[in-house]
Amino acid sequence: MKQILSAVGLVIALASALAMPAFAQAREVTFTIEMKNYGGDGAYLALYLADGEGQYQGTLWVAGEKSKYYSHLSGWARGSGLNAVEYDGLTGASLASGRTLKINLDLDDALIDSGYEIRIDTAVEDMRDHSDDIAVPLTSESAGQPQAGRGYIQSFQYDL
Amino acid sequence: MLRRLHGLPGLLVALILTVLTISGAILALAPAMDRAAVMIPAAGEVSVAELAGRVVTHYPGTEQIVRGASGEVIVYYYRDGQPGADLVSPLTGEGIAPFEPSVFFIWMKDLHRSLLLDNAGRMLAGVMAAVMVLLCISGVLLLVRRSGGWKGLLKPLTGSGGTRIHTELARFAVLGLLLSALTGSYMSAQRFGLLPEPIEAEPIFPAEVSGGQPAPVASLNALKNVDLSDLHELVFPYQGDIQDVYSLTTREGAGFVDQASGELLKYQPRSKGSVFQQWMVSLHTGEGLWWLGLILGASALTVPVLSLTGVSIWWQRRRSSGLMLDNADVAQADIIILVGSEGNTTWGFARELQASLKKAGFQVHCSEMNALADHYPQASMLFVLTSTYGDGDAPGTAQRFMTKLNDFENKKALKYAVLGFGDRQFPKFCQFAVDVDVALDKKGLARLYSLERIDRCNAAQFSEWGDRISEQMGVPFTLTYEPLPPATVTLELVERADYGLAVQAPTSIMRFKATGAKQGRWSTFLSRKSSLPLFEAGDLLGVIPPNGQTARFYSLASSDSDGLLEICVRRQPGGLCSGYLHGLKSGDSINGFIRHNPEFRPAMGSHATILIGAGAGIGPLAGFIRRNTARNPMYLYWGGRNAESDFLYQPELGNYLNDRRLTGLSTAFSQSDQRVYVQDKLRQDQIAVRRMVDAGAQILVCGGRGMAAGVKQALEDILRPLAIDVATLKSQGRYLEDVY
Repeated sequence: MKQILSAVGLVIALASALAMPAFAQAREVTFTIEMKNYGGDGAYLALYLADGEGQYQGTLWVAGEKSKYYSHLSGWARGSGLNAVEYDGLTGASLASGRTLKINLDLDDALIDSGYEIRIDTAVEDMRDHSDDIAVPLTSESAGQPQAGRGYIQSFQYDL
Repeated sequence: MLRRLHGLPGLLVALILTVLTISGAILALAPAMDRAAVMIPAAGEVSVAELAGRVVTHYPGTEQIVRGASGEVIVYYYRDGQPGADLVSPLTGEGIAPFEPSVFFIWMKDLHRSLLLDNAGRMLAGVMAAVMVLLCISGVLLLVRRSGGWKGLLKPLTGSGGTRIHTELARFAVLGLLLSALTGSYMSAQRFGLLPEPIEAEPIFPAEVSGGQPAPVASLNALKNVDLSDLHELVFPYQGDIQDVYSLTTREGAGFVDQASGELLKYQPRSKGSVFQQWMVSLHTGEGLWWLGLILGASALTVPVLSLTGVSIWWQRRRSSGLMLDNADVAQADIIILVGSEGNTTWGFARELQASLKKAGFQVHCSEMNALADHYPQASMLFVLTSTYGDGDAPGTAQRFMTKLNDFENKKALKYAVLGFGDRQFPKFCQFAVDVDVALDKKGLARLYSLERIDRCNAAQFSEWGDRISEQMGVPFTLTYEPLPPATVTLELVERADYGLAVQAPTSIMRFKATGAKQGRWSTFLSRKSSLPLFEAGDLLGVIPPNGQTARFYSLASSDSDGLLEICVRRQPGGLCSGYLHGLKSGDSINGFIRHNPEFRPAMGSHATILIGAGAGIGPLAGFIRRNTARNPMYLYWGGRNAESDFLYQPELGNYLNDRRLTGLSTAFSQSDQRVYVQDKLRQDQIAVRRMVDAGAQILVCGGRGMAAGVKQALEDILRPLAIDVATLKSQGRYLEDVY
């Protein structure tokens, strides 16, 4: 049973957050996250952009709506400082065991093949946290290649 | 109103609450199981730095150390790129076992808080918790009303069967249930935004760290200062990232620890709201309070039984109430019948009275006492049939009667008669009926017939009252009350032992076994192998004589575990039912049913029990002795006529003395050379009796009314030096009577 969720938006928010040039071109990117059957409650996820050194650059998506649990997504929490401005309008429901989440986001063209990484932190109630469940470079080459996570994520891929 | 507030929601939610409480009771085991599986070092013995240092020697890829509420320590790590989690020893940091959250408990938790229905289920569970609060409060208020005040809650409760089980269990569990329900409601209200969530000030990640060479974790000062017992969790920095820090969460607050300097950074103490919330969670789940968890779990387990008995009580009430048919108009009626009833039983009697009077040609209006009119234009007679609630209070349908009576105008010179219904075992037997009788008299009404009090729905007493009324009115009619027929069992006489023929007191010990199926309405649904309900010595066997008259009751001397029903029956001169029983031969069958009589039982515990009886009253007493396999001190005083002829249970009592189930036996025979009664024997032993009562002994009396009065008088005299009387003992549940 797969549940497909989708989300749109972001180009303005992210572009301004990353201080991109005004002539930036948007490109729709589809992110697909498939969860393992880890058997617990709904997972919290933070999907974010980091630079080559792993420094936080901007939030792409947060699954899970109770902000009191956000500190368990520690890599993202550290980078975003849990500033609500960083994730406003970019949140959705938590992701149940075995489900798949599909998100469409408009990303600035200039971010691709420029040394950026997509990272995902995950956490589940009464179970361990996984910061950097996934860390993959944002390149045209890696696009369409499924990657296995090291925590609750079965596979992750993005399609440009 | 209060009863409705308790009954209706209870009916609606019984099933869901059963699911919630059983799952809750299972979950309540978790803290105790966790606690039992872990060795907890003494406070101050191990610091977080020490433990972390030991853990990293075993787990170089440690990411997170978590200390659970029960004191267990879990290490999350990566080894060769694979994530792992182990339960480790809090002392050595060595792995004990892989940590895998129990799938069973996770499922159970999901069932408990959302009925496996996600958000909608969570909401429903929250509503259930709130209903539970309502049920607890209304239930306590009902119980207070029933037992005549808050103090009455601590005394032994009266009542029988389902009601007794319901009230006893509820009294035991109500505090635990209320705590679970309140904390559950709180958590749910918070989740759905009805209550504010505490604002948790998260520490902000430090902008500046020293950036020096990371020091071994065991040497970090900030971690040395925290005792292991205060730790919630310690998250390690990314390996190789010198800009990263340790995140430390303790019981008191959260902050970061510099991996080079060991300094505590950006520490934030926990807000009061968050501490309060944590307490609410702990009080609900028993996390870290394993003993509380077990108490709450045990309380929760009573709910399925409370639901069942509650529904059955409701059904019984429902069954015995019914609509009044052919009720004459108030304005036209010659006779008014007013009914005060709590459990609806009294209505059955009122219907019979109404029907009989109608047959005799009267216009009869029957209504509840609360419906007392300002005046009755045509009526010449008023009958009030009322029970009493709790400690002499008005029952449900009579609560406004006394106030309404103030406005009542007695224009037609009404004659009245009050009939009270109650149970002699209650200290204020029929008190409300007494009050009504006096109030009507003061109001200037003339008594048609003086107050009569019916004990435990005694149909014969009711008929007798009807005869007296019929005489007074000069109108012939008879009252026969037939309670709803109980489900009966066919019983076959297997054995009988006859005594007392020579002394004109024919008494038989009769043993029956159940044969046929139940004849009640449930027989088709519940065909069990043994069709006998559960019973214990001291319960009553109702026997229906062949001509279908009302049942007579005999105290049981055996328990269901004996496989037989044993009763001791004295043939009464002209006795209909006892004559019938005495005429039975082995193999003959009778119809009978069990009526529970839990009031008449020896108390639990090791205090001495003094059993006193005469004649056939020995039946249940012999049953109690037979069951005394714990060998608690038990003394029997029994009176018969002649040792040669009616010494009931003589061989058995000898055996019980030998195997110490019976500690002492004193017999009195009135038609022997001794010419003594059982009360004389008590007086002979008065020093011993007094000493036993002083030490907490319980007294159970079974037999005829005359004997019981003599025994009571003797005991009053014996106990006088102790400044204690029989009434006090009764109120403490230490003086029980089963008298006929």
